[in-house]
Amino acid sequence: MPDLFVNAMPDQTGSDEPHAEQPYTTNSHARVYPSRPEKIYLYGNCLIDLLQPEAGLDALKLLEREGIEVVFPEQQTCCGQPAYTSGYDDEARTVARMQMDIMSEEWPIVILSGSCGGMMHHHYPSLFKGLPEEQQAKYFASRVFEFTEFLVHILNYQPEDQGNHQTVAVHTSCSARREMNVHKTGWLLIDSLKNVVRKVHDHEFECCGFGGSFCVRYPDISGAMVNDKVKAITDIKPDRLISADYACLMNINGALDFQGYELKGTHIASYLWERTSKQAAGENNA
Amino acid sequence: MPEQIPMQNLSFNQRVDRDLNNPALRTHFREAMDFLMDKRSHSFTDDEKLQSLRELGSSIRKRALSKLPDLLEQLENKLRDNGIRVHWAESSKEANQIVLDIAQHHGAKTMIKGKSMVSEETELNECLEQEGIHPVEADMGEYILQLAKEKPSHIVMPAIHKSKEDIAKLFEQNLDDCEYTEDVDTLIQAARKELRKQFHSADIGLTGVNFMVAETGSLVLVENEGNGRLATTVPKVHIAMTGIEKVTEYLDDLPPLLTLLTNSATGQAITTYVNIISSPRKGGEGGPEEVHLVLLDNGRTIPFADEEMRQTLQCIRCAACMNHCPVYTRLGGHAYGATYPGPIGSILSPHLLGLEATKDLPSASSLCGACSEVCPVKIPITDLLRRLRHEGVRKLKKDEEPVIRGHGAKYTHTEKLAWGSWSKLYSSPALYRTFAFSASMMRGLTPSKMKGWTDYRTTPKPAEKSMHALIKQHRKARKGEPL
Repeated sequence: MPDLFVNAMPDQTGSDEPHAEQPYTTNSHARVYPSRPEKIYLYGNCLIDLLQPEAGLDALKLLEREGIEVVFPEQQTCCGQPAYTSGYDDEARTVARMQMDIMSEEWPIVILSGSCGGMMHHHYPSLFKGLPEEQQAKYFASRVFEFTEFLVHILNYQPEDQGNHQTVAVHTSCSARREMNVHKTGWLLIDSLKNVVRKVHDHEFECCGFGGSFCVRYPDISGAMVNDKVKAITDIKPDRLISADYACLMNINGALDFQGYELKGTHIASYLWERTSKQAAGENNA
Repeated sequence: MPEQIPMQNLSFNQRVDRDLNNPALRTHFREAMDFLMDKRSHSFTDDEKLQSLRELGSSIRKRALSKLPDLLEQLENKLRDNGIRVHWAESSKEANQIVLDIAQHHGAKTMIKGKSMVSEETELNECLEQEGIHPVEADMGEYILQLAKEKPSHIVMPAIHKSKEDIAKLFEQNLDDCEYTEDVDTLIQAARKELRKQFHSADIGLTGVNFMVAETGSLVLVENEGNGRLATTVPKVHIAMTGIEKVTEYLDDLPPLLTLLTNSATGQAITTYVNIISSPRKGGEGGPEEVHLVLLDNGRTIPFADEEMRQTLQCIRCAACMNHCPVYTRLGGHAYGATYPGPIGSILSPHLLGLEATKDLPSASSLCGACSEVCPVKIPITDLLRRLRHEGVRKLKKDEEPVIRGHGAKYTHTEKLAWGSWSKLYSSPALYRTFAFSASMMRGLTPSKMKGWTDYRTTPKPAEKSMHALIKQHRKARKGEPL
């Protein structure tokens, strides 16, 4: 569409509104949730497994405290996303097939990452389209729930906050937001902690710049993105940074540390456990 | 602001380096994109309505593409009945030659142009100038770029990378009686005065097209400055130039498409001008004596042949994807090195130019999905970026029909091997456990430098015990207790 004398625009941008959230929520697939299960699979993901294992353990403890029997398949490795987003479909399928095989019972699969959740819930069916595993992939995908989604929509989890007053910045991964459509469940959980105030940062809806292999293939573009994210978060001076995706946190934490900030992001599973278990909350407040 | 014209011989990474490190450009694009995002979101306040409108827009475009050959034939017949001459061009070169032939037939010396990205794609101006025909861009953004000898950096707002100060200087140097001023209205008036002369003296008017209606044989053109209206009515000859995918079946398809286009692009309910051209002048009316339509393929039939890739052609060129793209916002349009930048450009340019020349475009994205989320016709841009990555690293099987030029342009034996090993490691629990255990054991040896990563971040260190190990330990400690 032609024209507009756009060069006048910077003059018109003096709006005071923060660029925090765009009022669009596409991909809003209305998902039907099952009733509360007795048993679930817990899927950690490869980054949590190696780099932030406490988040996995905290999620397990929290779910068990809610009376859920947690099955942790020890054979789990990775959802296959790194190969998939790089275009290596066969390699991704080999890994994906294995995850499907080891979680074949009818129990829900609770995943500690919107990104792996997006891969399994959103992309597995297309990855296996037209192949013998197509039905298996669809059935598998239908049982995949992101952790905060599971807590809010299936467990109706109401955290009892035991901690002191804190302000919190939340980073939502793009996959959680756009593939799983679960960004609101993370906010809801944080907002239900009575002594916690969630603060919105500038361009909160924007990607942190991780993007898997993108961050090492195009380090300067990714670096520009994560630097802006760090600035937006530190500008609001939150006591804590919380995310339901460790991949983003690994990126943001690495940049926070690189720039000498003490702030270090925490996985929401650990944060919820910390706020709701007397002992942990006590330790943190001490 | 970059002084160079973008298509020069820099690599993608060199262009990225140049533009990322231009603080004025970074600030300028961020402000401009924020402005455009706000405009859009303020005009789509009802999400439910927006989603059903997008659904409708998408199905209209899909329907048109599913019958593309038939609709083009119907369009051609209708246009001919209406007295509009239709020309088919397979390549940019052919399209330019057609325009040139028409111009030379009329002994034309000057051409006034409304905005046309397709004429940017074919580099028409360069071709005309070589033959002694002087094109004048009449869209304000394009006019600025013509004076600056630059290429568009955005498909709706081509001169968005230029600051007010840049334009003031440019006008001071190039326009008669234009003193340096940063007053936007004064600048616009100065350019309009100059352009008005050109409109009256130009031999030919050339414009792009937003939609073509097969049912009625009409060409639809939206704009805000009136240059399209003048270029299509004042000169004796009007040439419209567009891609074959812009056809739509019914006149009734237009209202939703126009609503989606203008609201997504600039947050306008409707543009100042909506031109619907269905014939040359008749009897005592005004308007051009001749109207021509040049329909360009230039590689579009390649994605058309593949059901998934075909969705690329649904695009109505609103640019919402670039306005919302965190990569485009930081680079601007020139770094992409192609006529169509941003997310849509990254899925379209590989078809127009081949994957060899564009192999970085599908990869230079974090796949955040902001583009797909706002696309008014629901093009799954991230899925298509990923598909192009797949085609870029894959070798064609024997006797397999290529779906794009430049299959395997990014293929390297080393990377293929690396993903093969990755796949083995992560599909073998025993191997993976050994790997995880060793990583934890050797956490002290985590390198402090990791290519790319540590330019902006410190390295993450493996934990002392993996999640697997922690959970095992936790369960052991609780043995005897019911789960």
